[in-house]
Amino acid sequence: MHDRQNRDRWIRVLALAGLAALALASLAVGAANVSLSDPQAWLFLTVSRIPRTLAAMLAGAALAVAGVVMQQIARNRFVEPSTTGAPESAALGLIAVTLIAPEAPIWVKMLVASVTALMGVTLFLQVIRRLPPKEVFLVPLAGLILAGILGAAVTWIGWETDLLQYLSIWLLTGEFSGVIAGRYELLWIAGIAAVIAWFAADRFSILGLGVESATALGLRPQAVMRLGLVVVAVVTAMVVSSVGMIPFVGLVVPNIVSRMMGDNLRRTLAPTAMGGAMLVLGSDLVGRLVIHPYEIPAGTVLGVVGAALFLILLWRRPRRAR
Amino acid sequence: MSGTGGIDVRGVTHRIHGTTILQPIDLSLPSGKVTALIGPNGAGKSTLIRLIARIDPLQTGEVTVNGLDVRQTPSARLALEMAFMGQHSGLVSRLRVRELVAFGRWPHCHGRPGPKDRAAVEKALADFDLLPLADRFMDELSGGQAQRAHLAMTVVQETPWLLLDEPLNNLDLAHARALMAHLARLRDEGRSVLIVLHDLNFASGWADHVVAMKDGRILAEGVPAEVLTEPRLSELYDTPITVGSYQGRPLILHHL
Amino acid sequence: MRDRKTLIRLGLLVLAVGVAAALWMFQGLGAGRRDFVLALRWEKLIALVLIGASVAVATVLFQTVSRNRILTPSIMGFDALYLLIQTLAVAMLGVTGFAMLPGGPKFLIETALMTALALALFGTLLGRGAGSAEDIARTILTGVVLGILFRAGASLIGRLLDPNAYATVQAVSFANFGRPNAALVGWGAALALPAMGLALWMGPRLDVLGLGRERAVSLGLRYRVVMTGALALTAVLVAVSTALVGPVAFLGLIVAGLTHGLFPAARHRLRLVTAALIACLLLVLGQWLFERFLGRQAVLSVVIEFAGGILFLALLLKGRIR
Repeated sequence: MHDRQNRDRWIRVLALAGLAALALASLAVGAANVSLSDPQAWLFLTVSRIPRTLAAMLAGAALAVAGVVMQQIARNRFVEPSTTGAPESAALGLIAVTLIAPEAPIWVKMLVASVTALMGVTLFLQVIRRLPPKEVFLVPLAGLILAGILGAAVTWIGWETDLLQYLSIWLLTGEFSGVIAGRYELLWIAGIAAVIAWFAADRFSILGLGVESATALGLRPQAVMRLGLVVVAVVTAMVVSSVGMIPFVGLVVPNIVSRMMGDNLRRTLAPTAMGGAMLVLGSDLVGRLVIHPYEIPAGTVLGVVGAALFLILLWRRPRRAR
Repeated sequence: MSGTGGIDVRGVTHRIHGTTILQPIDLSLPSGKVTALIGPNGAGKSTLIRLIARIDPLQTGEVTVNGLDVRQTPSARLALEMAFMGQHSGLVSRLRVRELVAFGRWPHCHGRPGPKDRAAVEKALADFDLLPLADRFMDELSGGQAQRAHLAMTVVQETPWLLLDEPLNNLDLAHARALMAHLARLRDEGRSVLIVLHDLNFASGWADHVVAMKDGRILAEGVPAEVLTEPRLSELYDTPITVGSYQGRPLILHHL
Repeated sequence: MRDRKTLIRLGLLVLAVGVAAALWMFQGLGAGRRDFVLALRWEKLIALVLIGASVAVATVLFQTVSRNRILTPSIMGFDALYLLIQTLAVAMLGVTGFAMLPGGPKFLIETALMTALALALFGTLLGRGAGSAEDIARTILTGVVLGILFRAGASLIGRLLDPNAYATVQAVSFANFGRPNAALVGWGAALALPAMGLALWMGPRLDVLGLGRERAVSLGLRYRVVMTGALALTAVLVAVSTALVGPVAFLGLIVAGLTHGLFPAARHRLRLVTAALIACLLLVLGQWLFERFLGRQAVLSVVIEFAGGILFLALLLKGRIR
């Protein structure tokens, strides 16, 4: 037991150290060189570099947490927000607001995006409930197809209404280069949603044991599920509307953490959040460095890295331990 | 709590997709006893125990557990009254044995375990022979070991009633016997058990009260010697069954 | 083949395609510039027929190779692979002036690359996942994720090549049946027609292949050769259709489903021909309807994607993953 606690502590310490190192690197790297003697430097840091670093960390952490929550709700390891149609639904909401009430204040847009994202994940749950039971790989497959159908619908509307440009920002990029102070703060809401998930960590763990066990322990599974869906929807909507969807973070990070530490969310949620922050921050850094002074969006980097990791997880995991 | 200890089932029926699973059922289970629920496949045993445990919602009728109406009482309150273990654990989460068992304390501590909760978990681990496995992940265990972990999680809930749906699945003879002995000990401490059993000799050996179900009705109930008789069992299972006697208890044979 | 009902249906199908083609060519032909309009229509008709037949034959071949009725090459990421290769070819051969090559030779080189890669990748994948339903679901999921990986890879390489370009529009846009790549029609036909001929010639062998590996081997079929051949033909045909109009994910699924519904238990020769006819009918009639009456050139592919996506989801929900 003490070995385990030691190991957990080391994982935490290493994750924190790694995150700190990445954050420092993120503050130091960019198209412009910053030297601290320059009076302009502080302004530059506070307006651009710090917000960018925070945005990447918040988005990554929140997406990873949303991924775990989604996995507990669906009781399937291979789902995450972007395999449920939630981002496409959020984009649908955003497009609807843009068309119907372009002057609406930002909080209305966010509310609508969150509500439509919620409808999207709920639809996903309804669909997978009808799948033959015990088909582990059918669940993410159905989710991806559903996301494809919704995505086609959104794209078509965007195309017909000349809003395709916005859509490609929401659904495809996962880009942090546009982040400056005043343009990323919505991600704090995603962060808050992730913190709420942490407070309900035990409830989500118990939900992951199955509706039957959860009921027997006196939990109201439906209520926990609703809370989880709201967390997933809010995180997705905030990320989609502020930096664009970042795929696979919510899938890859929880799976890796689960292998190292298990699924007791009270213990694993913090490392999962840190892992997500590291992955997105790292991808953003890579994107900034490879063709310096140009940039590649973090979402594009993660599309490749994340899909590759997903494939490895898909084929490596022993069949027994699903 | 109202006076009547025990479980009362009044006029409970159940239908799924137009098929009747349970005819109107009236049943009173006394507390302080081990009650075995027996019957052929499809008799409705699992449905009944799941309805009592409020796992599936009641369609008609009424169930009370220690005087608490299952339909009305908050689920969290009922979790202090009865613990349930179903047949299909189908665990997806990757948990260590100790973590799984500790979740059985949720109704008491709601995620903030105190010394009493920790002690209860360690005792349950010891009772079910799980201490050497406590830090292993569930997906590394054999079927029987996993079954014991789920049992420990149910028992650690420390409820007056234990509802167990075929808990002997996957258990070898020694662990099955140990489980029944453990349940008998709990009974001697004043707790009550409702257990779905397929092995009639376990019912004969350990139960104080036997309820026999067939086709969604209760065919017979009473002490083992009354229910576990040749004519009753042959009718129950539609197959000739021989009943002998061993140390004053019925011994059920079916190969003759 | 000999049975009357089949012959009648086949006759009706041929007639319907003929009528559709005639409608396409001669309906609403104005008084002036007849030759010009006819030539234009003829060119498009040839392209549509070529695309439809390629998709249909590729799908039938692939379903036989994978012994699965809900798989299509596009679902398994074939067309995404072609998009990736297009980008890769420019990236790697860019220095030698590859991008400057005329369309035809470039197309041939890309198709050759595509065939080699598809054989390596999907040959292995399909060789592995042959067993239980779970394996099949995992294989499909792998294909879908491979598709995502290829698309992300193409967009990443696109960014590396030209940091200023926004590769997003290409990634979201639909196939446009109204504007096929006319320059490649000749080259496409030069590749697709022999490939279809070969497929027809292989018909009886494909029938045996469809019995499964054990039966096929014990009947003396050179299993690996036939399977590799069929997969190679699939790759070539997908390359042709993708080069001409872009990705068409679910057309093949609809066509294969209709073929199976109208001609159950057909041998491969008949099945290939009928599938091709059905695809042509669908495309020509659909394009005629949308282009001349609804005034929307690009909508046909959206409708097909929608219907196909929903059909696929419905098949999944019914648990028909074989």
